[in-house]
Amino acid sequence: MASLPKFSVTYIVNLLQKLLPIASLLTLLGFWQGLALLLDSSNLPPPYQVAQVLWRETESGQLPYHLGATLLRLVASFSIAMPLGCAAGILLGRNAKADAFFNHWLVMLLNVPALVTIILCYVWFGLVESAAIFAVVVNKLPNVIVTIREGARVLDKDLLEMAHCYQFGARKTLIHVIWPQLYPFVMSATRAGLALIWKIILIVELLGRSNGMGYQLHLYFQLFDVASILAYTIAFIVVMQLIEQLILKPLEQAAQQWRR
Amino acid sequence: MTPIHLHIANKSYPAAGANPPHQAIANFSLRLQPGEFVCLVGPSGCGKTTLLNILAGLDSDYQGSIQASPAAHPPKIGYVFQNPRLLPWRTVQENLELAQPTPDLRAIDALLAAMQLSAFRHTYPERLSLGMSRRVAIIRAFAANPDLLLMDEPFVSLDAPTARQVRELLLSLWQQRPHNVLFVTHDLREAIALADRLVFTSAAPMQIVSEIPVTLPRNQRHLNEKIEVFRQHLLTEHASIKNLL
Repeated sequence: MASLPKFSVTYIVNLLQKLLPIASLLTLLGFWQGLALLLDSSNLPPPYQVAQVLWRETESGQLPYHLGATLLRLVASFSIAMPLGCAAGILLGRNAKADAFFNHWLVMLLNVPALVTIILCYVWFGLVESAAIFAVVVNKLPNVIVTIREGARVLDKDLLEMAHCYQFGARKTLIHVIWPQLYPFVMSATRAGLALIWKIILIVELLGRSNGMGYQLHLYFQLFDVASILAYTIAFIVVMQLIEQLILKPLEQAAQQWRR
Repeated sequence: MTPIHLHIANKSYPAAGANPPHQAIANFSLRLQPGEFVCLVGPSGCGKTTLLNILAGLDSDYQGSIQASPAAHPPKIGYVFQNPRLLPWRTVQENLELAQPTPDLRAIDALLAAMQLSAFRHTYPERLSLGMSRRVAIIRAFAANPDLLLMDEPFVSLDAPTARQVRELLLSLWQQRPHNVLFVTHDLREAIALADRLVFTSAAPMQIVSEIPVTLPRNQRHLNEKIEVFRQHLLTEHASIKNLL
């Protein structure tokens, strides 16, 4: 019993820290509910109404179908853009001549609006799935290249010399010396990439596909159905958070275990 | 093990910014006998590390040649750098395995035991002390089974007792597995404790000033007073080397 006060204080502090994110979320919901009650307009439905729509759309299978279509496009374009961007980023970061040659292309691509790329891809290749994926990849690729290039520029010269000296060869050097140093940059490009890609995919779907989140949002926009728009948006945010918590964070923790 | 002959006719650095062109090495010839431990002693900034980098293949912008006779190919190198240069995201054992042409765990076990590091094989380098990291770097050089072992002041910034301990472990390891060693140091006492032969070099452009065999028996090298007597003898007999220390 003598240890109770110490235990209690620690327990309460830990509990409060754990409850903080939940309290933050509840505050946001409360604020939303209050504002919806105050405005009393279909333009801002209250949270429970959005939850009802979310449940209804899930039950009917509409939300999983369209969410699945968007996620497939996200996986496809991400799987193409990341390896390509990493390879090009390493090349430009380590080869001054290649960097000097391609730098202007990169700056140009970075400054082309996503909408222009999407329209041009649809005009040139037609309203087909490959054109949609290609448009997303073209939009994402320059960002990945720039991030990875920065990482490749600051690789530890001492370790590269050590690898050369001990005859690691290209494969061992890439896996054991270069990749671990690029990992934080790859994670950064991944996070920024996922956030950017899904937004671009919505535009791609809105302009030229007959399924996916973008298509559905466009439909509900025409009907001025804000509850459905919010329901689909929340569903996608939840999925992205699950990707962050279940895939990205564990990957990051595993890669950082060597740190003191 | 093979004898190694190196001849650097010229190594220069071009002008860079406000710095004028600089000749680092001129007409430097050295022959390393199989299993010989050679210490290179010279003033700071004279080009010793440049020479090691050339030998390690890290600098190819020079005039000269490096030959491991009778083999035609360049010698296989193990390099102990001034800082340990271990991969922080790989364990001690993984760092050692990577340096081996083909993984040989038994050899690694024996080397770790010889350097008293068996308990740390699965430890990440960030969790090791500097002295332990340097021991791992020395093991890595031996694990590569090199034709030539280069050591660039590997005990610098270690406190005296740790430096002495690591030096004795190195010596014991080398006596079990004799390799050609080229060891760079400023410390004449350290050089006497380790070397078969001392090579004194001039300030840049680096040239050989004097080559002196260490005649002090190896079984007396752990005695500080014997090393000091030999050092005094060297400084008296070879006055020219005083200015190089």
